[in-house]
Amino acid sequence: MSQEIAIQMQSNEVVITAESLSKSYLIGHEIGNHRGQESFREAVGRHARTFVRAAVNVAHGRQIIRGEEVEEFWALNDVSFEVKRGEVLGVIGRNGAGKSTLLKILSRITEPTKGRATIKGRVASLLEVGTGFHQDLTGRENIYLNGAILGMSKAEIKAKFDEIVDFAEVEKFLDTPVKHYSSGMYVRLAFAVAAHLEPEILIIDEVLAVGDVVFQKKCLGKMQSVASSGRTVLFVSHNMQTVAGLTERTLLLKAGRVVAVGRSTEIIDQYLGDLAPGDAVYKKAASGGGPEITRVELHTSNPGHLQQFGKSMTVDVEIQTPEPVPNAAISFQITTGSHQPVLHVLNLDSEVPMLRSGGTHVLSCRFPKLRLYPGFYQLDFAFGASHPRRVFEGPHQICPFEVAVLDEIREFYWYPNNALYVEEVEWTSQCLDPRAEGRHSVVPAST
Amino acid sequence: MVLPQQMETIVLEPGRAEKNYWRDLWRYRELFQVLAWRDCAVRYKQTVLGVAWAVIRPVLAMAIFTVIFGRLAKLPSGGAPYALMVFTGMLPWTFFSTALSDASNSLISNTNLVSKVYFPRLIVPTATIAAAFVDFFIGLLILTGMMIWYRFLPSWQVLLLPVFIFLAFVASVGPGLWITAVNVKYRDFRYVIPFLVQFGLYVSPVGFSSSVVPQRWRLLYSLNPMVGIIDGFRWCILRGQIYWPAFGLSTVVVGGFLWVGVRQFRKLEKTFADLI
Repeated sequence: MSQEIAIQMQSNEVVITAESLSKSYLIGHEIGNHRGQESFREAVGRHARTFVRAAVNVAHGRQIIRGEEVEEFWALNDVSFEVKRGEVLGVIGRNGAGKSTLLKILSRITEPTKGRATIKGRVASLLEVGTGFHQDLTGRENIYLNGAILGMSKAEIKAKFDEIVDFAEVEKFLDTPVKHYSSGMYVRLAFAVAAHLEPEILIIDEVLAVGDVVFQKKCLGKMQSVASSGRTVLFVSHNMQTVAGLTERTLLLKAGRVVAVGRSTEIIDQYLGDLAPGDAVYKKAASGGGPEITRVELHTSNPGHLQQFGKSMTVDVEIQTPEPVPNAAISFQITTGSHQPVLHVLNLDSEVPMLRSGGTHVLSCRFPKLRLYPGFYQLDFAFGASHPRRVFEGPHQICPFEVAVLDEIREFYWYPNNALYVEEVEWTSQCLDPRAEGRHSVVPAST
Repeated sequence: MVLPQQMETIVLEPGRAEKNYWRDLWRYRELFQVLAWRDCAVRYKQTVLGVAWAVIRPVLAMAIFTVIFGRLAKLPSGGAPYALMVFTGMLPWTFFSTALSDASNSLISNTNLVSKVYFPRLIVPTATIAAAFVDFFIGLLILTGMMIWYRFLPSWQVLLLPVFIFLAFVASVGPGLWITAVNVKYRDFRYVIPFLVQFGLYVSPVGFSSSVVPQRWRLLYSLNPMVGIIDGFRWCILRGQIYWPAFGLSTVVVGGFLWVGVRQFRKLEKTFADLI
């Protein structure tokens, strides 16, 4: 379907309306620490009280909650928004912000405690790839099973069967039980079934978290075509690049409430900005298993994880290792908030020797003049040895920081998302047909 | 792209789930088929003896009952060979007990479905119960073999067997739904069911004929819904006697259980995704 038609199809008709949707759960707490000073009699009394309360709950047909104090927890609180036909809405927020609860309510898995949502059209939700796959059944059988679970009719699945198999690239293993599939094949098949659903409204949660890069691209392409075919899509993800790529409008949730709705790029920047405080130092307790990155600290030019454009920035990495790591290699990438790598920095033992004894080491990497374009960035670490080849786990998406231009104002230049990097350049200017005023000399200009 | 003529509108509100329930149940009938088919297909996967288990279990149980009640206790069998009488009772009983124990775990073992996709939850336990028919029909084949062996010819009543099979299904659905629902909430029932099934085997007329129960206790005894069904099976297949008032009472109890089961299930259903 061409872009033009797709645009026409995004009408002003509202297909999803949420009006102060709220969902509460009851959670139990233990009061204080019972170990140590509690007498046997007190312990018996406490357990007796808990038991009596559980019995009363059962008698009333209520849920049993462990712990002595029961608290009402609002996973979703007064959430209102609208989605128009053909719109692709992103939903972002930290873990526990209420994204999954929202999708669960909209896909009718659970009921709201308060408020209401009105949905026009058939909804299919894809909250996890491979829902309902049975390990002992073959690929072919699982296509039918999974399709039925996702709400496709048998006729519909039959009609799309070849397309699904083709997309998943599993023709050869169609009659093998899926438990013998590699995890990649499994995910491909699962996504393929889901991708061929044709509901009017599609709800997707974190589907692209798995699979290899090539397949992820394919999925992304498929989702893009779904999005541009005039279908309404609600898309939840932690991957900001995907959200930015697929959606125009994004909803930001925080602690169960809507913080902002608007253009995806702006909302993502706001979200990443919110993330920054408190997270600039990455710390991890050593597990003692092998070499580990135990601490990463970012020294920005200004307080508050703010880095002034063109000033120096230092990254300190603390590594604990029980034994020497021969031919160690450490690298990190500076990536954008939407996870696109911008810079890659590497040090090998043959360049600056490191980790040649057991113990705690600190490696420091200084950027004399950081020339990243204004915006939000973070760090991804990789860590290992070149020969014998070893790979250890390195932390990802840590130490978020913002690059800003603080002392230089130039018209027409510092627009957000214009670029990722600013190189030092030399401009020259020359006039080729000199008139009366005479010839210009070559004038160097700096950025 | 073809847009459907009329767009249906769903309103999600607390307590609203009731409204479209039965229509949705009909709409998801294909899912019922597929889930029942899945439960059949995987029933004996990765077992060495496979379907043979569906033969071995009832045949062994029948042998034991025949020896203990028929040979040692010398209970009456009402004309038919004792083994045949036991097996005819064993058929609906095995179906009932398998259905009940499978159904009670059905939601818990399908956690990923319940917490990730919407569909009327009633489909899961009922599909599981339907899958228990696999063993039942295998048992029916064995019974036919046994009847040929004993040269026992059934009369016209055997034509009514489907009615009693349906009754056995309904009798399993009622308590099955009830136990499934409470099992999601209070997992204690996982330990109650094996005990209940064991106990039920001895209070139901499986190893003996219900005619050994004194007449004045017959009605009280028929409060056990399986009494009516087992008697009905024996009446159909073995030309046995049936005490109709008792059968009527059993049927009423079956209906009552169904009503309570569906009601309880529907009441708790809304909270499944939060509890499971």
